[in-house]
Amino acid sequence: MASAVPVLPAHRVAELSAPYRREMAAKSRMTLIGVLVLLIMTVIAGNVAEVDLRKLAANIHRFTDYFGRLFYLDTGASVFTDVREWFWGLGNWSRHIFDTLLIAYLGTLFGAIGAFLLCFAATVNLAVNPTRRFFARRFLEFCRTVPEIVFALIFVVAFGLGPVPGVLAIMIHTFGALGKLFAEVVENIDMKPVEGAIASGATRWQAIRYAVVPQVLPNFASYALLRFEINVRGASVMGFVGAGGIGQELITAIRKFYYSDVSAILLLIIATVMIIDLVTERIRNNLISMDHAR
Amino acid sequence: MKLSRMFPDQSEIRLKHGALVGGSAREKFLPFVVAGLLLAVAIFAMFRLEFSLSRLGAGIIQLGTFLGLMFPPSPGTQFYALLKALAETVAIAFLGTLFAAALAFPLGFMAARNTMANAVVRFMTRRFSDSVRGVDTLIWALIWINVVGLGPFAGVLAIMTSDIGAFSKLYSEAIEAIDRKAGEGVVSSGGSGLHAIRFGIVPQVMPVLISQVLYYFESNTRSATIIGIVGAGGIGLYLAETIRTYDWDKVAFIILMILLTVAIIDFLSSRLRLAIVGNKTVSS
Repeated sequence: MASAVPVLPAHRVAELSAPYRREMAAKSRMTLIGVLVLLIMTVIAGNVAEVDLRKLAANIHRFTDYFGRLFYLDTGASVFTDVREWFWGLGNWSRHIFDTLLIAYLGTLFGAIGAFLLCFAATVNLAVNPTRRFFARRFLEFCRTVPEIVFALIFVVAFGLGPVPGVLAIMIHTFGALGKLFAEVVENIDMKPVEGAIASGATRWQAIRYAVVPQVLPNFASYALLRFEINVRGASVMGFVGAGGIGQELITAIRKFYYSDVSAILLLIIATVMIIDLVTERIRNNLISMDHAR
Repeated sequence: MKLSRMFPDQSEIRLKHGALVGGSAREKFLPFVVAGLLLAVAIFAMFRLEFSLSRLGAGIIQLGTFLGLMFPPSPGTQFYALLKALAETVAIAFLGTLFAAALAFPLGFMAARNTMANAVVRFMTRRFSDSVRGVDTLIWALIWINVVGLGPFAGVLAIMTSDIGAFSKLYSEAIEAIDRKAGEGVVSSGGSGLHAIRFGIVPQVMPVLISQVLYYFESNTRSATIIGIVGAGGIGLYLAETIRTYDWDKVAFIILMILLTVAIIDFLSSRLRLAIVGNKTVSS
């Protein structure tokens, strides 16, 4: 069967394919340069970070060993043969996990309240003036860029060991993170109700109360819940620097090689995080559907 | 005109249209119930966690003194050591992100519904990445220190491990969200399943993946600044040490260094993201 596709004469094909080949060559040249740059950076970074693949290969068995040992009791029996012995500290650990949840809760609540109060000053549409907006934004940025565990380290010195510095550290980080998200929500609202409120004589805060808050509250609550989820994870390692919660027990178990304790505590943490994730996801879905129904 | 004529007696309106003005009982009381519950839990938590005004007051006064001692920030005699530790931090974040991005690539396809037909493999991959993600980077660092010893290499491995979980989840979501027609076209013109992935799916997801990896590079720089606290290299070691020895001017200097580095990396990665992803979205 003769081809229905018209065949171009050879010189036309050559003429047309030359620019195509040039384009493709330029593209692959760019890719090659990109790969080379990446490779050079990797080698430099590998040197700086003392990457030693031979050491890793020689010791990788310790990694698998470690996970193997996590599931054996001191007596040498598998943890699954004696679950009661495995979770011997369940009462104590549960109390610490409960504390961890409370730390995350208080940190999220205080941080969210602070973020609510400041977020309006950081928006384009509701800020009082650009200077204040600039400072509000930089302040929020500072609060979320410094890692919370650094705040915890400093607060432990100032407030003493215990959950108080943990709550304050999480609060500051949450304040910075939520402040930014809240401000973005406020920037996306419908401004007509605000104009209406101001036209009928409302003050700035009255306009916010009656025209802005009803629009943004479901979103704010949803972001705060998401943050709570993240903060539960964060609070579980606060104990590493002495700022309360389950982290203290975990780092002791890791440092002193109480293998079965490490696995038991890790499982408890993972289970708690999963439950919290599920519950908050449920509530957030309800909030979002509430938002759509409005 | 008298104001009272513009706004007739409100009590009369309330009497007539009470249900409309006041709203339902549920709408009225729900906010108070929610706020009350939040407050009650907060008060309980503050009692349980031993909050006290005297402690907070004393702590804030102490913080004030620390803040005073932080100015002017100064590196002391350790400027070059700090600079080296900072370079180490960036290297840890870079390598951790890069390795995780490469290792999570196949996992992403194994966890996506449209590229992995086998439900068991998909389920296992997803649970694997979930549990890897559930363990904090600091805990991974402690575990890797047992394997390769103290130092930045343990930090690289820790960041890599916790990011593998995050990346494979993000990748699989990106892969599931693509347009399937391109892959079907490749298969219908005689390509194999792998060809469909290479020519039908990878070109579509690559810009999304790269932008996510770049975003994580920035957030990993922040994580890399703290894993030194448990001994896994980088500036965190100096930070923890100077806080413990009350060298507040050095603490302030280190924090400023971290902020500057994060800002620079943020700037560079968003420029790079725009250069790579911006072009791709225009041409495709």
